[in-house]
Amino acid sequence: MDTVTLFVPCLMDAFRPEAAEAVVAVFEGLGYAVHCPAEQTCCGQPAFNAGYRNEARTAARRFLRLFGDAEAICCPSGSCVAMVRHHVPALFDGEPDWRALAVRTAARTFEFTEYLVDVLGRDDLGASFPGRVTYHDSCHLLRGLGIREQPRRLLRRVRGLELVEMKNSDCCCGFGGAFSVKYPDISTALVADKVEWIRESGAEAVVGADLGCLLHIEGALRRKGLGVRALHIAQVLAGGR
Amino acid sequence: MSAIRIRTERYVEEARRGIADPVLRRALSGLQERFGRGTAEAYRRLPEGPGLRQTAHAIREKAIAHLDILLERLARRIRENGGEVFFAATAEEAVGYCAGIARRLGVKLAVKGKSMVTEEIALNPALAAHGVEVVETDLGEYIIQLAGETPSHIIAPAIHKTRNEIADLFAQHLGIPRTTDPPRLTHAARRALREKFLAADMGISGVNLACAETGHISTVSNEGNIRMATTLPRVHVAFMGMERIVARLDEYEIILRLLCRGASVQDIGTYVSFIGGPRRPGESDGPEEFHLVVVDNGRSRMLADPRFREMLCCIRCAACLNVCPVYGRIGGHAYGFAYSGPVGAVVTPLLTGIRRGRDLCLGETLCGACKDACSMDIDLPRMLLELRAILAEGDPGWGVEPSGGLERQAWKLWEGLVSRPALYERALQAGAVLQRLLPRTPAGWIRRLPPPFSGWTKSRDFPPVAAEPFRRRFAKRRKEADRG
Repeated sequence: MDTVTLFVPCLMDAFRPEAAEAVVAVFEGLGYAVHCPAEQTCCGQPAFNAGYRNEARTAARRFLRLFGDAEAICCPSGSCVAMVRHHVPALFDGEPDWRALAVRTAARTFEFTEYLVDVLGRDDLGASFPGRVTYHDSCHLLRGLGIREQPRRLLRRVRGLELVEMKNSDCCCGFGGAFSVKYPDISTALVADKVEWIRESGAEAVVGADLGCLLHIEGALRRKGLGVRALHIAQVLAGGR
Repeated sequence: MSAIRIRTERYVEEARRGIADPVLRRALSGLQERFGRGTAEAYRRLPEGPGLRQTAHAIREKAIAHLDILLERLARRIRENGGEVFFAATAEEAVGYCAGIARRLGVKLAVKGKSMVTEEIALNPALAAHGVEVVETDLGEYIIQLAGETPSHIIAPAIHKTRNEIADLFAQHLGIPRTTDPPRLTHAARRALREKFLAADMGISGVNLACAETGHISTVSNEGNIRMATTLPRVHVAFMGMERIVARLDEYEIILRLLCRGASVQDIGTYVSFIGGPRRPGESDGPEEFHLVVVDNGRSRMLADPRFREMLCCIRCAACLNVCPVYGRIGGHAYGFAYSGPVGAVVTPLLTGIRRGRDLCLGETLCGACKDACSMDIDLPRMLLELRAILAEGDPGWGVEPSGGLERQAWKLWEGLVSRPALYERALQAGAVLQRLLPRTPAGWIRRLPPPFSGWTKSRDFPPVAAEPFRRRFAKRRKEADRG
């Protein structure tokens, strides 16, 4: 049996384990064995984005040690994959051995929807999810990795699911990691518009492929008392768990 | 004495003001919908395809790598054609040179075409201190000059002003009956400005791009005002950032076309002037004197640092402002200096101080829209990350001390936790228990977080930490499966 090695984003691990379980269910449903290194924590992205590169390097080194041997690494987050693909190799510019390992690992790391559609060539997973959903393009997924069509293709093949486009689906939700806490006014102004565009779309759920954005959007939806759910795409593809 | 005003420390405060202004939001939203989407489309429609941006980037990088040679060649050609070239190391030197010309020629009135570098070096107040009245002739610049304000957008400087505000300004300053009719307002400005054009002794302009091979500079406008400002008065002083040059005319053409697409979704601007010196014998118009002021003012430091050299590829087309979600909410004044939006967030700290421009470096989401919109394909998010690294780790070359205090300790703690999975899991467990002490919604989301996280819960609920994180659930399941 083919094996997929799962790299679970730290936010998903802590705040929405059911989405990670949905990822496992999707792969197992396709007949893949899922391997998930128990020692994994974080790839270093939060520290890197804050400028703390030494601290980020510590986390990245651990990540490379744990995942360096894997054949194919799949991660249900665009921003974590963008970190591994674009920034981790650059973090080791002065260390040729680590850099080589980082480059090798980066080439084998795939975002969840990209892995399903581009690598495995699957878009109909036999899932069903009744309802009207809209898709939010996360920044690092869309602009960092160029992934736009893959999640939409997957969603269009879900039975009972009606995909409606919101206005400005590619506009940042204002999460930006620590930005959302340090610059709450700007972050709030951004998410307020995002919530409004979601509401206008008439969708019952907003679906995305990056949990950071989704938790942020859901936090704003909930505070507004809107009954729209924010779901990771794996949750939809696993049949709406 | 310098009149340069740097207010980057007030980013958060000014951003809040911008956000609270619904008129500004409407104006910026309209601008971004029109230009932001339009520019992307204009790149796609390029005869050479959108890849021309990468070609342009390479052209600009090559020019920056040979800047000394190119600038020398440009200066030689212009001098051969009877013009003067002055290399100004600082803002003070640049304005001092211009003031010297004004004094020598007894200039009392100068007309000016839109130029960001003259905003950067605060030319207008400096000349005013020497008794020279400077009149802005770009309509948007003219409006904000009458209002006593600064530009809030590189290309659309008065985007924050409403038609009603302009009506009041014109009624007050131009002595016309109050009207909100745009053609009537434009006509009034035009009439007032024509008088200034005819009376002025000095014309001042910026430089959109210079070409070393031919030895000329270009100005681009849609109102024709720059052409009048540079041909009618007896002396023309042009200011250029020292990076605004390419080697050859064929390269020049590519950059110019991308500039117009990035700036205003045009194939080419309405008026593009090529200026290589003063009026020559037998020519019917043009100034008697032509001066080119090449401004360094901190650019050499960017040139010397490989992390930021790429910023010198920028031609200030402002396409990044037209897509930036943060700029679109807070407006240009929040950036506290001549340059706003993503370009301002990178170039302002580099020109005016990284430490004091800290919030410009950190107060962005790294969404990457600016990189996709950039006519020169500049990786602005990469440079924001570099600036953040300097703020965290310090950099003696840029005069920045490593960050200290709680923030550093917090990241050290984070480093310790992510390195020790067992401890990391215990921290999550502790979070799951402690969160019960916080005010929560019926669904279990947190209504109020304590500082320093309280910013989140001002407007959003915060998700609860799961009672059992995924990795533990997964391990448990595997164990059960093994047991069979």
